[in-house]
Amino acid sequence: MAEGRMAVKRRINPRLWLSAGWLFILVVAALAAPLLAPQDPLAQDLFASRLPPLWQMGAEPGYPLGSDSLGRDVLSRILYGARIALLVALIAGTCTCILGAGLGLIAGYYRGWPDMVISRFIDIWMAFPPVLFAILLIAVMGTGLTSIIVAIVVIDWTRFARVIRAEAMSQGAMDYVASAKVAGRARFGIMLREILPNVLPTIIVLLTLEMGIAVIVEAILSFVNLSISTDDPTWGSMIAEGRATIHQSWWVLVFPLITLFLTVLSFSQLGEGLKDHFDPVLR
Amino acid sequence: MSFLKLEGLNVRVGSLPILRDVSLQVESGEVRALVGESGAGKSMIGKAILGTLPDAIAVTGGRIYLDGDDLMTLAAKDRRRLIGSKAALIPQDPLTALNPARRVGPQISNRLVDILGWRRQDAEKRVIELLHEVHIPAPERVMRAYPHELSGGMRQRILIASAFAAEPRLIVADEPTTALDVTVQKQILRLIRDMQRRHGTALLFVTHDLGVVSKLCQSMTVLYGGKVLEDTTVDQFFRGPAHAYSAALLAATPKYTDPDSSLMPVPEAVIRAVEAEIADHDQRRL
Amino acid sequence: MAVPLFEIRDLRLSFPDLAHKPLFGAAPRVEVLKGLSFDIQRGDVIGIVGGSGSGKSTLGRAMVRLLDVDAGQIRFDGTDITHLEEDSLRPLRKRIQMIFQDPMSSLNPRHRVGTIIAGPLQLHGFDQIRERVDFALSQVGLPLAFRSRYPHELSGGQRQRVGIARAIATEPDFILADEVVSGLDVSSQAQVLNLLERLVSDMGLTLAFISHDLSVIRRLCQTTLVLHHGEIVEHSATDQLFGNPQAQYTRELLDAIPLPELSPGWLD
Repeated sequence: MAEGRMAVKRRINPRLWLSAGWLFILVVAALAAPLLAPQDPLAQDLFASRLPPLWQMGAEPGYPLGSDSLGRDVLSRILYGARIALLVALIAGTCTCILGAGLGLIAGYYRGWPDMVISRFIDIWMAFPPVLFAILLIAVMGTGLTSIIVAIVVIDWTRFARVIRAEAMSQGAMDYVASAKVAGRARFGIMLREILPNVLPTIIVLLTLEMGIAVIVEAILSFVNLSISTDDPTWGSMIAEGRATIHQSWWVLVFPLITLFLTVLSFSQLGEGLKDHFDPVLR
Repeated sequence: MSFLKLEGLNVRVGSLPILRDVSLQVESGEVRALVGESGAGKSMIGKAILGTLPDAIAVTGGRIYLDGDDLMTLAAKDRRRLIGSKAALIPQDPLTALNPARRVGPQISNRLVDILGWRRQDAEKRVIELLHEVHIPAPERVMRAYPHELSGGMRQRILIASAFAAEPRLIVADEPTTALDVTVQKQILRLIRDMQRRHGTALLFVTHDLGVVSKLCQSMTVLYGGKVLEDTTVDQFFRGPAHAYSAALLAATPKYTDPDSSLMPVPEAVIRAVEAEIADHDQRRL
Repeated sequence: MAVPLFEIRDLRLSFPDLAHKPLFGAAPRVEVLKGLSFDIQRGDVIGIVGGSGSGKSTLGRAMVRLLDVDAGQIRFDGTDITHLEEDSLRPLRKRIQMIFQDPMSSLNPRHRVGTIIAGPLQLHGFDQIRERVDFALSQVGLPLAFRSRYPHELSGGQRQRVGIARAIATEPDFILADEVVSGLDVSSQAQVLNLLERLVSDMGLTLAFISHDLSVIRRLCQTTLVLHHGEIVEHSATDQLFGNPQAQYTRELLDAIPLPELSPGWLD
C-alpha cells in the first residue's frame, strides 16, 4: 500500500493575496508618486488649509484626502511618505536578515567555539533595552535615514540569530547532513547546500516580519521627531502633527494611520501566508 | 455476548475513508491481534474504541458496543466515563506517553484520583501494588523518579501497570513492544500475558509483527486499507492463511530457522487484487 | 590472503555524560566502545548485531569517520584513516558510502531525487553524471522519472531505495548500512534486502549491515559480529552462530526472537 503522500492541494490563500496585493499597490504608488500625487507634498498654501476629504462639504478638487493646517495635500504626503517607509523596510529588513541569519546559521551549524562566542554575544546584546539603545544611537549618529536603518539593524539582528541558530542546530542533526559528510563535502559547503535551503522558509517569514517592524520603528521615531531631519513627509510625523489638530481636521491623523496599519499588517500576514505556502512541501 | 463488538465501523477524514465497514468481536478475557502494515488502520480502530480519534477524524457510520452499551448513542461525558472505567490503553512509545516533567508515581495515581474518584491514599497504595505486580524493584523509589531516569523496559512496565490500575475489562495495546529491544520485548510480552490471565482482561493487541501474534494471541484480524481481509484463530492462520494478502505477509516475514527461503515481498498482483476489493467495496457504498 | 578491507584494532570511544555534569569541570565520560578489534574481508557481508546501547551505530559511524575515536586504529585497504585529515580522507570517501535508517531524515527534503543522488558524484568530479544517476535509479528499481521528484512525494520504501541509489552511485568498495530496514514494513523490508543482496553480488560490494534483528541478519550476512555493552561477545560465520551460539548473550538474543509459527510455551 502506498505510504506516499497524496499531493496536497495548494490552498488558494486569501491571506497571501490580500497582503501581497496591498504591498504591491503601495510599491507602485510610491514609485509613481510624482505622477500620482495631486500636489507637491511640500507646497504650502495657506488659502487651502484644513480642507476636508473629497466626500465632505467644503472640499476642493486637488486635495482628495484633505489638507493639513499648512495647506499641504494629505494624499500626496502619504504617497511620498510611502517611499521612506518602504525604503527603510527594504534596506533595514534585508541588512538585519543577512547579519542575524548569517551569524545564527554559523552558530547553529558549526557549534563549538563559534557558537559559544556568538551566543554569548547575543545574550549580552539582548540585555540592552531596545528603545533606549535606539535613542542613544541616534543621539550619537545624528538623525537621518542611515541612522534609522543602522539603529534597526543593530537592535533587531538578534531576533534572526536566535531563531535561525535553533533551526540550523536541528537541521544539522539530520541524517542527510551526515550523509553529505560521509560523501566528503566540506563543512562550509554543507552549510550552504544542505542546511540553508531548509532554513530559508523561516528566514523569509522573519524577513517580512522584520520589514513590518522596520516600518513601525521608523514611524515611532519620526513621531518623536528623531527620524529624518528634512521636511520630507513621513507617516509618523504626519501622525504627530495630526494628533495636535485631531478635532479640527481628523483626516490629517486618520489617513496616514490607516495606511501605516495596513502596511504593517500586510507585512506580517505576508509572512504567515508564505509560511503556509511552504509548509506542505516541508512536512 | 461479546465484551467488545464493532459493527460496520466507518471512519473518515473528510471524504477519505480510513476504516471501511470494520466488524470484529472480542470476548471477555480473549486476546485478539489486530494485524496490518502501517497505514492499514489498526491503530485507528483502537483510537475509535477509546474515543481518542484526532479532531479531523470522525466515525461516520457503524456501531461500537462496549459491554453491551452502544458508545455512539451516549453523551460525550457518559461515554468518557464508561470508557475510562472499563477500558485502558498500553501505548507504543513509553517515552512520549509519560510526561517528562513530572514524577512517575503521580502520573499513574492521578488517573485513579481524577478520572475514577479514588482517594489519594488508596490510589497510591494501589500503584505500589501494581509496580510489584509488574516486577519493578523498589517501587517506592521508582514512584518518585522521572521518566528519563528509567530504562525503556521499565517505562513500559509502568505503563502496563497504569493500564491495569482500574481493573479494566478491555485493554488496547498499541504496538507496545515495537520500540523495545528483542530481549526486553520477550519479558514484556510475558508480563502482559501473565497480567492478562491474572486479571481476566480482554486484550486487543495492535501489531505488524506476525511473530508476536503467534506467541501471544488466540485470534486475529488482518487489515489492509482500513478493510478487514481475514478474521480467524491464530492456530488456523498459521496452519494456512485464507486470504492471498495474509499469505503474502507471512511469506515476507523472515524466519531465521529457514535461511534459504527467498524473502518474498508482497507481489504486485496481490496488492492490485486487494486494492480492487477495496475499490469495489467503496463503489457499493455509494 | 589479501589485505582485509577494514582492519579495526582496539577501538575506544566515549561520550560526555551531560546528565551528570557537575557545575564546574568536565562531564564524566561514558565508554561506548570498549576496545573492539576485528577485520572485514573484501567481498564479505558482515552483520553487526546488538541491542540499543550496544554501540553498534557508534561503531559504524566511527568506521566511516563520522565520529572520531579516543583510541585504537582503523585501517581501510591498508591505509590508516584513524586520524586522517579531511583533505587526505576525501579521495577515499568515494570508496566508502553509507545508507541510513530513517528514510525521512536521510534525504534533504528541499532537494530533488536527482540532485540527491548526483551529490557525491559532483563532489568527486565524476563525468557523465546524468547517466550515472539514471543507472543508479535503474539498479534500485525506481523509474527514471523519479529524478525530478521530491522526497515527500515518495513512500518510505522508495525513499530508502533512493538512499541506496545515492550510496552505489560512486561505485564504492564498501557500504555501511545502518538499520536500513528497521523502519520499514515487512514487505518493503523484503524488497530492500533482496535489492541489497543483488547489488552485493552484481557490484562486488563489501557490506557492513547494522541491525537489531537477527532474522534479517541470517538472510543477508555471511559473517556476524555480536555487540553487547560496547564489546564484541561473538564473531563468527553466520551459520555457525545460529547453529552453535557461543556467547550467553547471543543465546538470549536467539531465544527472544518470536518466529512467525505456532510454538506454545515460548513465553514460559
